[in-house]
Amino acid sequence: MAKRSPLKRVGIALLGWGAAFVLFFPLLWMLLTSLKSEPEAVTPSLIVAPTLQSYGDVLARADYLAFALNSVLISVGGTVLALALAIPAAYVMAFHPTKRTRSTLLWMLSTKMLPSVGVLVPIYLLFRTLGLLDSRIGLIIVYTLMNLPIVVWMLFTFFKEVPNDILEAGRMDGARTGAEVWHLLLPLTLPGVASTGLLSLILCWNEAFWSLNLTSSAAAPLTAFIASFSSPQGLFFAKLSAASTVAVAPILVFGWLSQRQLVRGLTFGAVK
Amino acid sequence: MSTPTTAPTKGRRFNGLPLIGPSVTVLLIWMIVPLVMTVWFSFQRYNLLDPTVTGFAGFDNYEFLVTDPDFWASLTNTLLLVGSVLVITVVGGTLLAVLFDQPFPGRDVARLFAIAPFFVMPTVAALIWKNLMMHPIYGVFGAVARALGLPAIDWFADYPLLSVILIVSWEWLPFALLILLTAVQSLDREQLEAARMDGAGALAQFVYIVLPHLSRAISVVVMIETIFLLTVFAEIYVTTAGGPGNATTNLAFLIYARALLQYDVGGASAGGVVAIILANIVAFFLVRTIARRLEV
Repeated sequence: MAKRSPLKRVGIALLGWGAAFVLFFPLLWMLLTSLKSEPEAVTPSLIVAPTLQSYGDVLARADYLAFALNSVLISVGGTVLALALAIPAAYVMAFHPTKRTRSTLLWMLSTKMLPSVGVLVPIYLLFRTLGLLDSRIGLIIVYTLMNLPIVVWMLFTFFKEVPNDILEAGRMDGARTGAEVWHLLLPLTLPGVASTGLLSLILCWNEAFWSLNLTSSAAAPLTAFIASFSSPQGLFFAKLSAASTVAVAPILVFGWLSQRQLVRGLTFGAVK
Repeated sequence: MSTPTTAPTKGRRFNGLPLIGPSVTVLLIWMIVPLVMTVWFSFQRYNLLDPTVTGFAGFDNYEFLVTDPDFWASLTNTLLLVGSVLVITVVGGTLLAVLFDQPFPGRDVARLFAIAPFFVMPTVAALIWKNLMMHPIYGVFGAVARALGLPAIDWFADYPLLSVILIVSWEWLPFALLILLTAVQSLDREQLEAARMDGAGALAQFVYIVLPHLSRAISVVVMIETIFLLTVFAEIYVTTAGGPGNATTNLAFLIYARALLQYDVGGASAGGVVAIILANIVAFFLVRTIARRLEV
């Protein structure tokens, strides 16, 4: 590494932190506003006499907890189901590839290209007929299918890195396929499987199109709850900010924790 | 040794069908059923509010769609939105990736702050920007403008599409940064060093070494973003609901409005078919890019 002049080093640090500040500012402002009282919140100022009033108000609304519970159940349900379907599939493709494996993988990816809006009408009508509108089960099904291709791809990428010899040895010792996957493969690829699950959780948690169109109240997750603040009577800035902060915080932490593996999963290993 | 006949797995050939079958089956259903229904409905007269409207419509729904000025406005808005956000995020993402590749104190923490917007749910992103940033009276931008003695801008009334573009860019710039930074970090340092020895300036190094190295990552960013940007919905739903007029109605919002606000299933389905065709043109290039890199 070539030496840089001190002036240049300070300049780079300022630019770097400046860019980070600009990108993070709306979130910082949301956090600050959430700590203000409602009358203070409408005057833009940096001075805050912190109060947790708004958080208390938001959490006291029983329906907020119902929305949060929906978000947790639907995201976890969709993720667990997608993993359960994808682990066996990715295992087969990674360790017992056939001539068709490559085209199967590409075909799975191509189902992601079907835009949700293009199939909104039939899914809406099917769900209406099946009584799945505004039900958690309905959203769990949609989220599972929506994420399945990405989950298969990420797992495939991680499984490919395990040397076949290790699994071969287990097989020689008489391990059946189920035991081989459960006791050998999954422990070896735990970080990869975990980050795949995290990505699926993030995508489910933040999903807005299907949740806004397929749910109204009973099964609506936090995305829909937050969207309800866009109506005029919901314009309480401090409460809006507190609700948003609580909705975003867990998934932001998950995202930060898994950012490195996320890149690999999102680009299908095409960018190393 | 004679010709090898044994596959890596010894004995009986492994039957993977029971393991891969469930995934393939559900994805097949998830793809085929709605697709066939969308195409079918697009040729039908079908209104949820009026059961007397039935029967084969031929290309009427399509004809109605393409003669509707809202459709062309929505197509233009869709392309403007996708195009602008792509340019902003790829150019900005590349510059930021190079910046965050330089060592400086606290770089890793700054990086986490910079990528944060990518993890924020679209409805929250839209509401923060609408109420806390761009609101002409209560927003930060308005306060800054007033402090500088300038008139505050009513963003969503005066520059509706630009406002949506800014919000969506804020969400996706961190994504581009995340991917491109990973690519920059895999750059061969000795090659850069050699170029520097040969007297290449910072700009020449960037143009002749860094950019070509990033080309694959950039194409991945462009393709993935395009897929998602073609169907931007929550940001518009929360901020402008497609308005004023049709200024921010994109194809996704148009289909939503046709289907769930006007209950015109036939018309919405025709729009859906157009959206699918548009996405598949993009997907064709994406799959080709990925396929070339795929090692099975």
